[in-house]
Amino acid sequence: MKALTANRLIDGEVVWLGRSGQWVEMLHSAWGLETPEAEAEAMAIGAQAVTERLLVDPYLIDLRRTEDGIEAVRFRERIRAKGPTTRPDLGKQARRETSAA
Amino acid sequence: MYRYDEFDTDFVSARVEQFTDQVRRRLAGDLDEDQFKPLRLMNGVYLQLHAYMLRVAIPYGTLNGAQMRKLAYVARTYDRGYGHFTTRQNIQFNWPRLKDIPAILEELAKVEMHAIQTSGNCIRNVTADHFSGAAADEILDPRPYAEILRQWSSLHPEFSFLPRKFKIAVTGAPHDRAAVQVHDIGLQAKRDANGNVGFAVFVGGGLGRTPMIARKVRDFLPEEELLAYCEAILRVYNRYGRRDNKYKARIKILVHETGVETLKADIEHAFEEIRHGVLRLPQDEIDRITDYFAAPAFAAGADADALDRATAADPALAAFVERNLQPHKAPGYASVTISLKPIGKAPGDATADQMDAVAALAERYGHDEIRVSHEQNLVLPHVRKADVPAVFEGLKDTGLAEANAGLVTDIIACPGMDFCALATARSIPVAQRISERFGTPDRQRDIGDLKIKISGCINACGHHHVGHIGILGVEKKGEEYYQITLGGSGDENSAIGEIIGRGFSYEEVVDAVETLVDTYIGLRDAPDEDFLAAYRRVGDAPFKEALYGTA
Repeated sequence: MKALTANRLIDGEVVWLGRSGQWVEMLHSAWGLETPEAEAEAMAIGAQAVTERLLVDPYLIDLRRTEDGIEAVRFRERIRAKGPTTRPDLGKQARRETSAA
Repeated sequence: MYRYDEFDTDFVSARVEQFTDQVRRRLAGDLDEDQFKPLRLMNGVYLQLHAYMLRVAIPYGTLNGAQMRKLAYVARTYDRGYGHFTTRQNIQFNWPRLKDIPAILEELAKVEMHAIQTSGNCIRNVTADHFSGAAADEILDPRPYAEILRQWSSLHPEFSFLPRKFKIAVTGAPHDRAAVQVHDIGLQAKRDANGNVGFAVFVGGGLGRTPMIARKVRDFLPEEELLAYCEAILRVYNRYGRRDNKYKARIKILVHETGVETLKADIEHAFEEIRHGVLRLPQDEIDRITDYFAAPAFAAGADADALDRATAADPALAAFVERNLQPHKAPGYASVTISLKPIGKAPGDATADQMDAVAALAERYGHDEIRVSHEQNLVLPHVRKADVPAVFEGLKDTGLAEANAGLVTDIIACPGMDFCALATARSIPVAQRISERFGTPDRQRDIGDLKIKISGCINACGHHHVGHIGILGVEKKGEEYYQITLGGSGDENSAIGEIIGRGFSYEEVVDAVETLVDTYIGLRDAPDEDFLAAYRRVGDAPFKEALYGTA
C-alpha cells in the first residue's frame, strides 16, 4: 500500500492525499493506494496540485498496516508523519486530535 | 563591531524587497519550484522534512544584544520559540512559513542581519575564531579581514555560480579554534619579524563524503594581497573545478586530482595578473574596517581577587570557571563560554527566553558582545572576572550554566533525520543519550577534554571526521546504523579520524562510546593525558579489542 505525500507550498506543512481527494495533515486520514491505477490517479491529482501552487514535489511512500491503522514503512516518513523524535511538543504529534472523523 | 554603511543598508534592504517579490510571484504561480528553488537558496530558505528552514547569517559569529533579541523575537513570533545555532556560526529556524519569510527578513534587516550567502553555490559566510579580539594567545583580530572578504564576496559577479559552495575560515591565533584546515580556504593571520601582517593560506580542506585536510599554498601572504590571492584561488577553482558531479565539485577534489604543486602554480599565475590591480588592499581601508572591531575600553576594576574568593566559596562556580573561562588578552578579563549543551538537551538549541537572557547578560556584563562558536555554543568574549559570578547566576536562571565546555558532553551534532531532508539517521537523540550517560559532573571532569562529533549523513555537517570520537549515522537495510571514527582533530594539528570497525545500531552506539571512553581511562598515562593524546600514543588496537574482542 502507498500514499502520496508532499509539503504544502505556502507553509511547508507535510500533507498526504486524503481519501476524498483533499490534502490532509494527518497520515491516518491518507488515502491508502492499493493498486497501480489508484497510484496513477493520485499522482495525477498531485501534479494538478503542483500546478495549482498548493504543493511542492509530491511523491509516493510505502505504507503498512498496524494494529492502530497505518504507518509509513520508512523511518524517515514516520518522522515526517509525527514530528521530531526528540521533541514530542513539536510537529503533528503535538496535536490533540488522534483520529479522523 | 561592524556597523552597516549606506551601501550595506541599501544592499540588504534591496535584497529583502527582491526576495519578497520572488515569494509573491511563487505563491501567485508566476514562478514554479524549479525556478524558485535557486532563488530561495540564495536567501537561506530550505525545505526540510517538516517545514521550511531559514538559515540566518551571523558573520564571523559576532552579534550584539539587540541582534540576539531580534533572533528571540523571530523565534517567538514566527517560529516555535527556539532556534538552532549551527557549526557555521549561523542560526537556523526550523518552522517558518514561506509566506512569513519576507516579514522575518525585514525584521532582521532592522538590526543589520540577513540570510545572504548562507546557502547555494557561492562564497558562504566567512567564519572566524569565536574568541577573536579577546583571546590571550591571539596575534591579531582576524575579523576585519573576514569582513573585508565578506565585502569582496557578496554579489561577486564572477563567483555567483561556482561549481559548488565555498567556505572560508580565518583565525588570528596559533591555536586554531576555527578549524581553518578543513575549509576551502583557511587563513591563519600572523606577523612577520618586522610586525607586518600576513596570512598562512591553506586550500582544499573539507569534510563531507571525501574528507581532506587543506594544503598550505602560502606561508606568509602579505595582508594587502589577501583579496587578489583569494580571487586567484577562486578564479582557478571556477575555471577548473568539476561541474559534472556535485560530489566531486569542491575545490578539495580539484587539489587532489590536479596535485597541489600544479594548482599552486595556476594560482600564482592567476595572482600575478591581478596582484597590482584594484584588489590590492589600501592600508587606510584596512585601518577603516579594523576600527569597527576596536576592542571596548577594558577596565578591570580594583577588586582583582573577587573571582578567586567567590570560587573558593562555591564549588559549582569553581567548576564553571575551570571549564568555561578562556584566558583574555586584557588583565582582569575572561571570555565566558555559554554551553548550549545542557545535559540531555539538543546541542545548539536555545529558546527565545534564553536568547533574551544571554542578550541581557551581554549588555550588562559583556560590553554588548556575543559570539557563536562553531562548536554550537555561545560566548561572551569580554567579561570582567569580577562579574563572572553574576554571569554564572544569570546563566543558572536560564538553564545555561553547564560547566562542560570541551568535555565529553559538549557534543557537536547536526540536526539529523529529526529535521533534515538529507539525513539518513538521527543525530540529536544520540547526542542526548551520550550526554545523559556521561552527564554527572565528576564523571565528565574525570574523562577530561574529549570532542565527540555526530553527523546524520555522509555530508558531515556534524564534523564527525574531526571528532576525537566521530559518529556517522547511515541507513542500512532500513535501520539507523552508526560508524565510529577515532583520532580526528580540527585544530592546528588537523587529522581525519579513522574508522575503527563495523558500525553499531542506534541502541548499541552509546554503549560503544562508553566502551571507548572506559578503555581510554584504563590506558591513559595520567589524568591529564587526554583522549586524543592517548589515542595517538597507543593507536587503535586497544580500542578495537575493547569493542570487538581480539581478532
